[in-house]
Parts: sequence; structure tokens; C-alpha cells
Amino acid sequence: MTENYTALYEEHKKLGASFTDFGGWQMPLKYGSELAEHHAVRNSAGIFDLSHMGEVWVTGPDAAAFLDYALAGKISAMAVGKAKYSLICNEDGGIIDDLIVYRRPADAEGHHRFLVVPNAGNAKVVAEALAQRSGSAREGGFEVAVDDVSAATSLIAVQGPKAEEILLRLVPAAQHELVTGLKYYAAVEVSFLVGGASRNLLLARTGYTGEDGFEIFVENDDAAALWQSIVAIADEGELTPSGLASRDSLRLEAGMPLYGNELSLEGDPFAAGLGPVVALSKEGDFVGKAALAAKKEAGAGSTSGRKLVGLKGLGRRAGRGHYPVLKDGNVVGEVTSGQPSPTLGYPVAMAYVDVAYAEPGTALDIDLRGKAEPFEVVALPFYKRSK
Amino acid sequence: MAKVAAELQYSDEHEWVSRENGNVVSIGISAVATDALGDIVYVDLPEVGSAVTAGETCGEVESTKSVSDLYSPVTGEVTEINPVVIEDPALINNDPYGAGWLFKVAADSEGPLLSAEEYAAKNGGEL
Repeated sequence: MTENYTALYEEHKKLGASFTDFGGWQMPLKYGSELAEHHAVRNSAGIFDLSHMGEVWVTGPDAAAFLDYALAGKISAMAVGKAKYSLICNEDGGIIDDLIVYRRPADAEGHHRFLVVPNAGNAKVVAEALAQRSGSAREGGFEVAVDDVSAATSLIAVQGPKAEEILLRLVPAAQHELVTGLKYYAAVEVSFLVGGASRNLLLARTGYTGEDGFEIFVENDDAAALWQSIVAIADEGELTPSGLASRDSLRLEAGMPLYGNELSLEGDPFAAGLGPVVALSKEGDFVGKAALAAKKEAGAGSTSGRKLVGLKGLGRRAGRGHYPVLKDGNVVGEVTSGQPSPTLGYPVAMAYVDVAYAEPGTALDIDLRGKAEPFEVVALPFYKRSK
Repeated sequence: MAKVAAELQYSDEHEWVSRENGNVVSIGISAVATDALGDIVYVDLPEVGSAVTAGETCGEVESTKSVSDLYSPVTGEVTEINPVVIEDPALINNDPYGAGWLFKVAADSEGPLLSAEEYAAKNGGEL
């Protein structure tokens, strides 16, 4: 597999990171203790390098109609400035990726503009699928340009209750209201001080940790300076560089699915609890519509098949991905993600289980390397921040 | 780089062995192993009085990210376990050669053990 390095690789090395391969990228796993990084994000703030994520611009007079066709959500209904979680499916209703779509103001020629952010390992596939769908999808195709800028774009996240306070120190006072007024799942262009220079950057109030937080899109050339500026302005202990290990434990507590664990080409959105993301009622056809309608009709994830649930461990040992879930010794499901929850102090797991056993309160076991350990079905997410 | 304590011997499975009185040895896991595992959150140790065999599993070490088998580096009877690490597994990360020791064995024989130099050369630790 190709080894990709983000523009921040040297910064991570300076901070003593240990690295892991993720989606073909060498990414920081942790800088010191992944538990300390996890708690920092819950209690103060953490900074993450997410430059391995993809960025694909979709621009043109048909951009909204095209994304309605290419994705499962009703993208044309989005207001300018908003972000939306969506799925890109294949004709069989399998999930190619989950992604976030940002609707940006139209350009000078009045063309609609959307920024699509797929996962690292899927960025190429998503960009290619969008390009392919734009050309051959309907009579004459869509008047839209698909521009994959992933290779030139870095993404830095600041997550945690102190995230806003930290960001305000990087933007001029005249722009503070843009930051404080930014709603969850929305984005705005903000002028940042980056290494002494002023840069107009796209700031999104989105994230993957269950906390308040921001994601900043920046060109690779400015990424290291922005990273250093953020790390430098935060006082000791307020902002902790955080790696993918803590990102995974944070997102699991927040009940957020991870592509490759909870979501896959073989899986279906209804079983994953993402039924509301699939806009079957939107006008016109979209890729995967017929298959998805059939799955919904068949009661996928509600009366048939398996459903994604949360499992709370009653002992101290954690279930891990692919471990069998048992009811009275019979296999009724499989763990997709699991580990001890640093915030809650007990093991948590997400698992697909037969719908008959998906009700919160159901007692199930996880087969922990030959021993059945008791767990209980609980509603997701495991952790919800107090507002 | 992870520290390798010079006065100890090591197994290929990253346990260290320290000689105490007579044939009793203390056993723990190396800093190389605790670094690789990440923050340890749970440890399952053999029971006092049970027999352990060199090279065979006798417990588990669980970190936030993964779970690993614990192997006994010696053959004999378990005489003592460290109750403190069961309550506070983070000690295994913080002080792997000291307060983070795991169990003691009255050893009849030892498995193949490496010197600190050999172990460091093989596993990239620092003496």
C-alpha cells in the first residue's frame, strides 16, 4: 500500500508521536498516553490532524440536483453555509462511504458549490464515483465539475469544551462573532492569523468526538504554520495534540459509526440506524434508490435482519471487533467496535445483533476468546455531552 | 525509546524475570511491550497456587486498543500476585519494572530467556 504522509508529519514527529497506518496514511496514533488525550478532549480541548480525509468540490449550475442523484440525502434542501451528514451508496444499496457535505455560497457566475468530505481510505473511490455519476447519470449528464483537491488540502480539528475559546485567540476581534455565532453542522470563511499572515480559511463546526469543536480546511503549504499557531496560543494543558487512538475511543463513546467497522458495502443504512439519512421521498431517482426502498420495505433493521446496537459491559473486560455476540450460548450478532470507555469507566461496544435482541435492556453475552461475558443492550450514544 | 532494565532477563514474549530469594522470581512486562500496547486498563493474572508453564499463556493484558496474552517465562507455582496492578493497571505503564510487577513464581525451570542486551537488540529498546 502507498505510504502517504500529511503536511503535518514533521510536526507530529517533533511532538514524539507514534504512528499507525490508516487508510494508506501514516497518521499519529498517540503522542503520549491515548487515555490522557481522550480525557483532554472531553474536559478541555484536543487538536487532531485529519488531513487524510478527502476533499472534493462539486461546482456548477446542476450541483445540487447532481448530489441529490449521487448521494442518499436530499442535498438540494440544504441552506448555504450548512453541513450535512450523508451516504454515497451503490446500485445495490451498499454503502460506498459516509461523508459530510458542506454547502458554500455560489461563485461569481452563480454556480452552486458543495464541498464533499469522504473518509481517507475511500476518498479516491468517492471522487471517481462522483465523476463517473456526473457524466453518465442521466440524459446529457449533469452540468457540474467534480474537483478532487484532497492531495492539496489539510484538515485540522480542534475539539472539546474549550475549542471555541482557543479559536477566538487566532482570529481578529472583528471576526469573533463569525466563530461564536457559528451553529453546529455549519461552516463559514474566517480570517485566521497563520504564522503572522492573515489567511481566509473555511471553518466548520463539525467533528467526530461527541464534543463541541471545529474543523479547519487549509492548504498544505499553510498547514504546519496553522498547527503551530494553534498549539502555541493554547496555554499549557488546555490543548493536547491527540492521535487516532483517542479519536477512535471518543467516536465510539459518541456512538458514531466508522467506515470499515460499522459501515461497509455489504451493510445497509437501515440496519446501521442511518435510515433518516436516506431520503427515499426526494424527487427523482438516485443511485441505490430501488435497492434501498426494497430494504426498507422488507423491514431491514426494524423487523428483519440485524440492527446496530450499543452494548454496555457489566464486567471489566471489553469486547473487540468481530467477537461473536451470544444469547444463551447461541450466536445472535457480531461486535463491530469495542473497548473500555475512558469516560464512563466500563467497556462499551457497538454490534450488529438480530432485531429480536436489539431492545435496550436485553441481556446478551460477548464471547471473549472463549468466555461468555455479560453485556446489556443500551441506547446509543453511550456518551452525550451536557450543553 | 523504551527502557530495557539491564539487571533483568527477558522472554521473547516481552516478560521480564527478576530473581528474588532462592528459586522465587518476580515477573512483569517490559516497557517495550507497554509502549506497544498503549494504556493498560485491565489485567488478568494467574491464581496464587496455580501451576504455570514456561512459554504458555497464564493471563491477559488489556489496553484501550487491544488485548494480549500474558505468557509465563518460567515453569513453577505462583506464590504471589500484585494486587495493586489489578486495581490500578496504569502502574504497569508507569513503572513496568517496579510497582507494575505482575506475579511471583517458585520456579522449577526457566524457558529460554534473553539477556537485557539481547532483548534490546532484538526489540529496539534502550538499555
